[in-house]
Amino acid sequence: MSGPLHPQISLYAAIATRSFRRYSTYTAATLAGIFTNSVFGIILSFAYLALWEQNPSAGGYEADQAVTFVWIGQALLMTVALWSGGSTDDLAERIRTGDIAVDLYRPVSVLGWYLAADLGRGLYHFTTRGVAPAIVGALLFGLVTPSPAGAAGFLVSVVLAVVVSFAVRFLFAASAFWLLDATGPRVLLSVLATFFSGLTLPLNLFPDGLRQVALALPFASYIQTPADIWLGRHTGLDMIAAIGLQVLWAVVLLATCALVLRAATRKVVVQGG
Amino acid sequence: MSLIEVRDLSREFTIRKRAGAFRRTSVVKHAVHDLSFDIEAGEMVGYIGPNGAGKSTTIKMLTGILGPSGGSALVAGLEPSRQRRELARRIGVVFGQRTSLWWDLPLRDSYELLRRIYRIPDQTFRRNLEDHVALLDLGDLMDTPVRQLSLGQRMRGDIAAALLHDPEILYLDEPTIGLDVVSKGRLREFLRALNHERGTTLMLTTHDLQDIEALCDRVIVIDHGTAVFDGPLPSLRANGDASRTLVVDLVDEASPIAIEGARVVKVEGPRQWLAFPAGASAAPLVAQVAAAYDVADLSIHEPDIEDVIRKLYAR
Ligand SMILES: Nc1ncnc2c1ncn2[C@@H]1O[C@H](COP(=O)(O)OP(=O)(O)OP(=O)(O)O)[C@@H](O)[C@H]1O
Ligand SMILES: [Mg+2]
Repeated sequence: MSGPLHPQISLYAAIATRSFRRYSTYTAATLAGIFTNSVFGIILSFAYLALWEQNPSAGGYEADQAVTFVWIGQALLMTVALWSGGSTDDLAERIRTGDIAVDLYRPVSVLGWYLAADLGRGLYHFTTRGVAPAIVGALLFGLVTPSPAGAAGFLVSVVLAVVVSFAVRFLFAASAFWLLDATGPRVLLSVLATFFSGLTLPLNLFPDGLRQVALALPFASYIQTPADIWLGRHTGLDMIAAIGLQVLWAVVLLATCALVLRAATRKVVVQGG
Repeated sequence: MSLIEVRDLSREFTIRKRAGAFRRTSVVKHAVHDLSFDIEAGEMVGYIGPNGAGKSTTIKMLTGILGPSGGSALVAGLEPSRQRRELARRIGVVFGQRTSLWWDLPLRDSYELLRRIYRIPDQTFRRNLEDHVALLDLGDLMDTPVRQLSLGQRMRGDIAAALLHDPEILYLDEPTIGLDVVSKGRLREFLRALNHERGTTLMLTTHDLQDIEALCDRVIVIDHGTAVFDGPLPSLRANGDASRTLVVDLVDEASPIAIEGARVVKVEGPRQWLAFPAGASAAPLVAQVAAAYDVADLSIHEPDIEDVIRKLYAR
């Protein structure tokens, strides 16, 4: 990236805005998604309540915190595009069809482009498929609310969650440059993300050993870290450390993405005439 | 220095194939092989060849999205694959089979993004948008999402998009594919005007030879990755074993006409087709035929450009 900063920022802001707008044209899909997230949230909440009845303060969470964790998970599921739906899906598809050629000849960073698009998308999904089910959860179960510092930390952490998950998804999608089809890696990634993000179970409930590993992996940034900040489990310096780990992952992974992209474009074989 | 300089440019692809459960064999495919040509500023060059000849591969190398495996290319003094971003500001590309527009966005938004990507000065942007939108008849489509455009509309939208940043060179890879006759005509007119008024250098690949006849002063024919002809269109017609045809309608059916300087290529009842070299005169042949046979009618056919090219490919 070269040249003055201002036009760059204006470009990426424009990309993010267009991306936000693009997703907002699919209203029916959004409504269906909100419904699904809410249903899942309700089912999981009842399961958790039963679990916590057996085992109060499991993993250090009280029952109401555990239920709040569920709804944060549902709210962030789409925001971080945990299974699919991110700008990285477009990337994989464009590599497969060769349309990536069009992205490559533009005088703009491909990585920055897709990141900006994913952030715009993330914002859309957070404000719709994140907030709406959370309201349902709050009405039905009454959720734990954060301190002002916790709320601020949560928002920062969610932005980083999108960046980290973006970078991981980007790497898996870029495998299509070599494998031509990224379906296999994508399935693997969804499985990993489902278990290690905290979506199915808070990572603090994992057995010793596995827990420490899981908490150190980038997937913990997706849901576990923002949720723990919301719930006030990370405060003060501890919160800064938690966010710091997300930043570290974001930087390391984005740098890896840049390297992979460079290797790919050097040997790249753009598909199709 | 020419605007585009291609020297011994080559590109190989290694294609791996499964041969049995564990073994793999690999075949090297020479998509482009020792290709050389120069293109001067302001030229309109037709780049033609059969399917798989290496046209798209060449264009990809000239835009820098594909590195050569041998030889070199210089475009506007830049080495495409190393200076891809810098070059991108000076060239425009239209891939007929792909779109550079954003599927879910209205045309206007795509153009707005491109303005920022290429950092097009406001005045240039406004002027180009006005000009191209009017000439390409896009006015009513500006607020339509690209996915709702017809193929021809989308193609026009793509061409306007490729020209917003005033490129010196415009590469068009099959720009008329799938367009109806009227749209093709309009597009050709637009491209001609662009070349005449702005001096934009055009290089286009196509399978529609009428595109070439309507637009290009010069043709490069490529087959199996190598140039088999490079020159002006008229000399392509007169090239090598291109032949003219003398069509003879005899009064009665007869065995194939035997005269010097021509050979019968087809017989259909009393009508016979005689091929003779494009450079030779028809007069002595006509005289010979008329002297030896009862002739009802005679006509001479110029070599068909498609025939000429078919012969080139077949070599
Ligand atoms: N990514 C690739 N991997 C392997 N081989 C390839 C690849 N791209 C092109 N080729 C081969 O290189 C040759 C030239 O392909 P190219 O796309 O340049 O042809 P073309 O002249 O554009 O043909 P068409 O008129 O069909 O568009 C073909 O034989 C093709 O199979
Ligand atoms: Mg092609």
